Amino acid sequence: MQKVITREKALEVFKDNQVFMIGGFLNVGTPESLVDGLIEKGIKDITFIANDTAFPEIGVGKLVVNRQVKKTIVSHIGTNPETGKQMNAGELDCELVPQGTLAERIRCGGAGLGGVLTPTGVGTVVEEGKQKIVLNGQEYLLEEALKADIALIKAAKADTFGNLVYRRSARNFNPLMATAAELVIVEAEEIVEVGELDPDEVMTPGIFVNFIIKG
Amino acid sequence: MSNVREIVGRRIAKYFNDGDVVNLGIGMPTGVGNYLPEDKNIILQSENGFTGLGASPAEGCEDKDVTNAGGQLVTILPGGACFDSAASFGIIRGGHLAATVLGALEVDEKGNLANWMVPGKIVPGMGGAMDLVTGARKVIIAMEHATKKGAPKILKECTLPLTAVGKVSIIVTEMGFMEVTKEGIVLKEIAPGVTVEEIQSKTEAKLIISPDLKPMY
Repeated sequence: MQKVITREKALEVFKDNQVFMIGGFLNVGTPESLVDGLIEKGIKDITFIANDTAFPEIGVGKLVVNRQVKKTIVSHIGTNPETGKQMNAGELDCELVPQGTLAERIRCGGAGLGGVLTPTGVGTVVEEGKQKIVLNGQEYLLEEALKADIALIKAAKADTFGNLVYRRSARNFNPLMATAAELVIVEAEEIVEVGELDPDEVMTPGIFVNFIIKG
Repeated sequence: MSNVREIVGRRIAKYFNDGDVVNLGIGMPTGVGNYLPEDKNIILQSENGFTGLGASPAEGCEDKDVTNAGGQLVTILPGGACFDSAASFGIIRGGHLAATVLGALEVDEKGNLANWMVPGKIVPGMGGAMDLVTGARKVIIAMEHATKKGAPKILKECTLPLTAVGKVSIIVTEMGFMEVTKEGIVLKEIAPGVTVEEIQSKTEAKLIISPDLKPMY
């Protein structure tokens, strides 16, 4: 099974109307080359799940500016005024989720859990339409799991089997998203042979990864 | 008031104990980091995935993979550790932070906080704020006492959409240091040159004046 493929080959899997999870926090740890691929291919009606909508000229923010996005599920849009503009005009469906809840919903998606109980958002607009559960006198919101068709992941290092190592704050949502999508494509800064990574240093096991491109 | 950040930052920095793990929000709260006491080990957590948040890097030592939650390049101090977003918010939600310092649009006498949106105007999103306010053992608000137009921000009841209910512990502004209690907001320290009448006139909530009112430094 050859997981290391060309960028061109990787971009062939993109279709209109897919749900993407895209790693990164204000573009730190975002697989920029794969995101650019969505633009080059002119993919439409994208739903993406990410921490934020980055900046108008950088990262996933470009997809919003290009009007390729139907829906976003993110925690923050303040650094990309275009997201708020399209949202207020009713052109973009933007679900805002507390960041910790977003992380847990993605983790649940990859871990076979239906959802998670969190106190975050109780008494705020976040609780609207959600089931409230009282356990031991404390109120929690039931937040449902998230899954995607394709996860776009950025790693510092990958071996050819897809075992991944992330660096510093570029890790963020990447290891969670790598578990929660049907197809996982990794953009790695460095690709090494199997056996070169110590099993203890692997942060995402290669079993989760379908394809790897050199970033 | 160009020195608001310094007045507020210096006072909050003195509040922490040796060994406290603290998360500083974006804006004025970030500035608290400039005044941390050198004789105490205060560990700063950055919600994008590490502990041991340090100062800006020296020129030439920038690392594209090391930023704070505002996206600015920073450093990780010796003893720091990196983790993913689920672990980061486990720290935050799980009560492992001694305190979080955040800004506010409005805060009220019941300890409610509004700091993430103004309907129809700005909707930046809550980011990590709701989790921080829900999970940190102390929620400290760092802000200017009133709006730029002079309207009170410390209210009887918040009017904007809430970030969390009843979680604010401490409010520090350029005018004073206040604690939110069951009885209401207690003014415990007052900035030099400010009178109780002045601070009350810029506060909608009725302040309870501590019998032990001290100057704030």
